[in-house]
Amino acid sequence: MLAYFAKRIGMMVVTLFLIITLTFFLMHAIPGGPFTSEKMLAPEIEEALNAKYGLNDPLWVQYLNYLKGIITLDLGPSFKYPGIRVNDLILDGLPVTAKTGFLALLCVAALGIPLGILAALNQNKWQDTAVMMLATVGVAIPSYVVATVALYIFALQLNLVPTFGLDDWRGYILPVAALSGFWLSFIARLSRSSLLEVLGQDYIVTAKAKGLHPLSILFKHGLRNALIPIVTVLGPVVANLLTGSFVIEQIFALPGIGRHFVLSISNRDYTTIMGITIFYAAFLMVMILIVDILYMLLDPRIKLADRNK
Amino acid sequence: MKLSSEWLLTDSPETKGQALAGRAWRMWLALLGNPLAITGLVIVVALVLVSAFAPWIAPYSPIGQDLENRLLPPSWAHWMGTDELGRDIFSRVVYGSRLTLMIVLLVAAISAPVGLILGAISGYFGGWVDKFIMGVTDIFLSMPKLIMALAFVAALGPGIENAIIAIAITAWPAYARIARAETLTFRKAEFIDAIKLQGASPWRIIFNHVLPLCTSSMIVRVTLDMAGIILTAAGLGFLGLGAQPPLPEWGAMISRGRNFILDQWWVATMPGFAIIVVSLGFCFLGDGLRDILDPKNEGKS
Repeated sequence: MLAYFAKRIGMMVVTLFLIITLTFFLMHAIPGGPFTSEKMLAPEIEEALNAKYGLNDPLWVQYLNYLKGIITLDLGPSFKYPGIRVNDLILDGLPVTAKTGFLALLCVAALGIPLGILAALNQNKWQDTAVMMLATVGVAIPSYVVATVALYIFALQLNLVPTFGLDDWRGYILPVAALSGFWLSFIARLSRSSLLEVLGQDYIVTAKAKGLHPLSILFKHGLRNALIPIVTVLGPVVANLLTGSFVIEQIFALPGIGRHFVLSISNRDYTTIMGITIFYAAFLMVMILIVDILYMLLDPRIKLADRNK
Repeated sequence: MKLSSEWLLTDSPETKGQALAGRAWRMWLALLGNPLAITGLVIVVALVLVSAFAPWIAPYSPIGQDLENRLLPPSWAHWMGTDELGRDIFSRVVYGSRLTLMIVLLVAAISAPVGLILGAISGYFGGWVDKFIMGVTDIFLSMPKLIMALAFVAALGPGIENAIIAIAITAWPAYARIARAETLTFRKAEFIDAIKLQGASPWRIIFNHVLPLCTSSMIVRVTLDMAGIILTAAGLGFLGLGAQPPLPEWGAMISRGRNFILDQWWVATMPGFAIIVVSLGFCFLGDGLRDILDPKNEGKS
């Protein structure tokens, strides 16, 4: 057990190291330095900037320095905002991104799974058709269209919610709804098909034959097994809810990490791009590890080491 | 031999061609029985036709500006109105279908074969080859797709070609995983052993005998993913990192149209509508194909 986690964490460190290396060399393969811009800087100034940020050192020295920074959890200075470090940008955006992401996750789990159950229990009846229609549309409509239309109707025409900002709770409604739409539909479809598959198994027939209460069959025998594939995708879903917020944060002008990331791309602020990429990769890996632990709690049969076979 | 439905549906086809034609015909019949899948197919065919005949369908140039007629509401002259530079939105949406189709096809043409071959190799050889390839896919899969696409766009520079490359780079690992899983299920099968005994090389086995068996699940998966590819590409366009102006890319059109959403709703709505219709089309078609091709579902409905 402990050995397994030690191995997993070791793998995580190796993967993270490779991702850091990949992003570092990718960013440095770009032609033009971070200070190349439309406004030509005086050569002396550019030289001074390069010297200040250590960009004149050989590439491997820069790489080692960057690695050294990461070990001490320092993602380096931002190239565009003087005096601000990438850590500050992430810490500045994290509360907003985490809060919207967490609320969206709650929505996805609290609505998506019950909707899927409702559809599965009423297979081929109108409830099923309605849920599946909604879910298909929800998967196909991009969040920025939902967000734009919702903004137009609810904020501009009906004045029910503010158009931007998170000053009171109503400000969260539209961003969270737009963010959770796709994954809510996805989870609803997945829980439906997963529960249908489980309910067709022999042991469910046995449970029925034994005369168990339908609710007990559903919760103890059906759902517990049907939840396994759902938990599997939950790790990536959490990561996607947090990264999907890029577009949402742009639309609702939320000061989250996503906005810093998009801005840093248009600003060619390489350290910020690298820092946020690495932050998200590490975050996703931790999420997947947590999911694996949940997995084991849900289904003791799953031997951790065999998961990928 | 004349092409009749008896000939196609016979239980004992005489030639390989007849068997293949019969299978295609059966799939087509199954598809016809699924109204949603047919809707999807019609939408996808329409997309292909519209992009092929864009110059004949579009009444105006997609990039020609006409500043006197800016931001006109939909009318007979401009079916979807005009945008902030007086460009006809209908013509832009029509030409935009070319970009959408190009993105989808190129991403699929790059990522599906790469994933398929790497996955088959990984599953067939096993051992350290498998460990290595799956290690690489794991690294790619352990990055959120949008982040990775954005990081590559950041490195390559904004633009439609780079958006395509970035999306393709994020898409192949999922296909590799599927192909590997499929390969594992029949790598120990007797027909593979038989071919091995005949002295076929591993490459011959992989390309001639393993890959064809993986393709049907791959086609389903790629069709289902196409909606996602369209949305990601449009998302990049929306963030200003995909197709650059004046290209009539739908995501970028929505993004600019949002500035006028208060008074000129049609500027953002029309391309948004186009995206929804097309991605719904691919979803429907993919769902239908999955029902037909997935042996798990056989005999269920």
